[in-house]
Amino acid sequence: MNLGTTQAPQKVAKNALEVRNLNFFYGAFQGLKNINLDIEEGKVTAFIGPSGCGKSTLLRTLNRMYDLYPGQRAEGEINFYGQNILTPGQDLNLLRSRIGMVFQKPTPFPMSIYENIAFGVRLYEKLSRSEMDERVEWALNKAALWTEAKDKLHHSGLSLSGGQQQRLCIARGVAVKPSIILLDEPTSALDPISTGKIEELINELKHEYTIAIVTHNMQQAARVSDYTAYMYLGSMVEFGKTDEIFIKPKRKETEDYITGRFG
Amino acid sequence: MPDKHLSSQFDVDLNALSSKLLEMGGLVESQISTAMRAFTQMDLETCNVVIQNEKLVNDLEIQIDLACTELIARRQPTARDLRLVMAVSKAITNLERAGDEAERVAKRTKRLIEAGASHNINVAEIKLSGQMAISLLRRSLDAFARLDTIAAAEVVEEDRQIDEEFRA
Repeated sequence: MNLGTTQAPQKVAKNALEVRNLNFFYGAFQGLKNINLDIEEGKVTAFIGPSGCGKSTLLRTLNRMYDLYPGQRAEGEINFYGQNILTPGQDLNLLRSRIGMVFQKPTPFPMSIYENIAFGVRLYEKLSRSEMDERVEWALNKAALWTEAKDKLHHSGLSLSGGQQQRLCIARGVAVKPSIILLDEPTSALDPISTGKIEELINELKHEYTIAIVTHNMQQAARVSDYTAYMYLGSMVEFGKTDEIFIKPKRKETEDYITGRFG
Repeated sequence: MPDKHLSSQFDVDLNALSSKLLEMGGLVESQISTAMRAFTQMDLETCNVVIQNEKLVNDLEIQIDLACTELIARRQPTARDLRLVMAVSKAITNLERAGDEAERVAKRTKRLIEAGASHNINVAEIKLSGQMAISLLRRSLDAFARLDTIAAAEVVEEDRQIDEEFRA
């Protein structure tokens, strides 16, 4: 017997997104300056930095959310499993179903909890009633909301608490089976318990999805992420493993920011 | 780049932690040298001073340990602040241990004096090792006070050499 072959094969890190020489402009103002970054599949990548540093802008380029606004443009490459999503002729609706987004303020549609989830699914898939029921239950389970919502699926999504609404938005994003979920300060409007539930959810979801999160709360980045990027004035100052960034960052600018010496 | 925290109280707390560690280090250094003096002079009174002061070392360890815990709970320090708190927390355990050894030297010496056996001991070699230990401790505290990594590395290397010498 050849003992050498009994070793388990090592899992090779794979990138879901590769950002290359990305520049972004709000009209004449340059919001992002030559960003290069790999977002690893199945991991959580956090973006931190002071207000206006470009972290939300960067997140909004990753599924071309900025395209909804006139005068905003991106140059460079964002390769999503090898395909540059910045090239013209992309199906942006399809792209955003593959790379979903959850915003700072919960934004449930003014319809029932059930419909909040079914609505998006119907745009991409033709499911029977029972298949749709299953999908809704599956998505609510993924977002850890099923137990709380199962008896009021036909109540308005707006009747839920803020934390529940945010989990509904996550369920809505997950329901269309994306490969990446972008979270833009998902807990900044929530109390500590709801925040804890969302963080727990991020931990669960990362086994199946790639997650990128923008957060103002550095400790949240430390708690939930595998990689952290520190941004300042539109540039990526440092990017590395979260443990390294929070224990021994390479750049003094990063250290000053995360230790609260930034002035 | 500024070297102060946005929160000046955080600076005050971290500085207090460093000062307390140096205070404890100074006390332990004094305990070791007093214990060595008690031993070389075979003086009962000096032995008792060391044994009494051991309580002060233990009290300081408890105080600093509590301060570290509070600082972690309140501030969630990161990067160099975190490394400082962890270093202080480890250092006080070792300083407390060094303090225990000084007390043991004093207690042994006391027993020797009381047994009337003090004239049978050759103090020269033990005196030398005591001096080396004090010098190492003083230099490691100096390195900490100045945040001098090169001096700290030299202490580590010298400690290795002393270990080899006394094994021989």
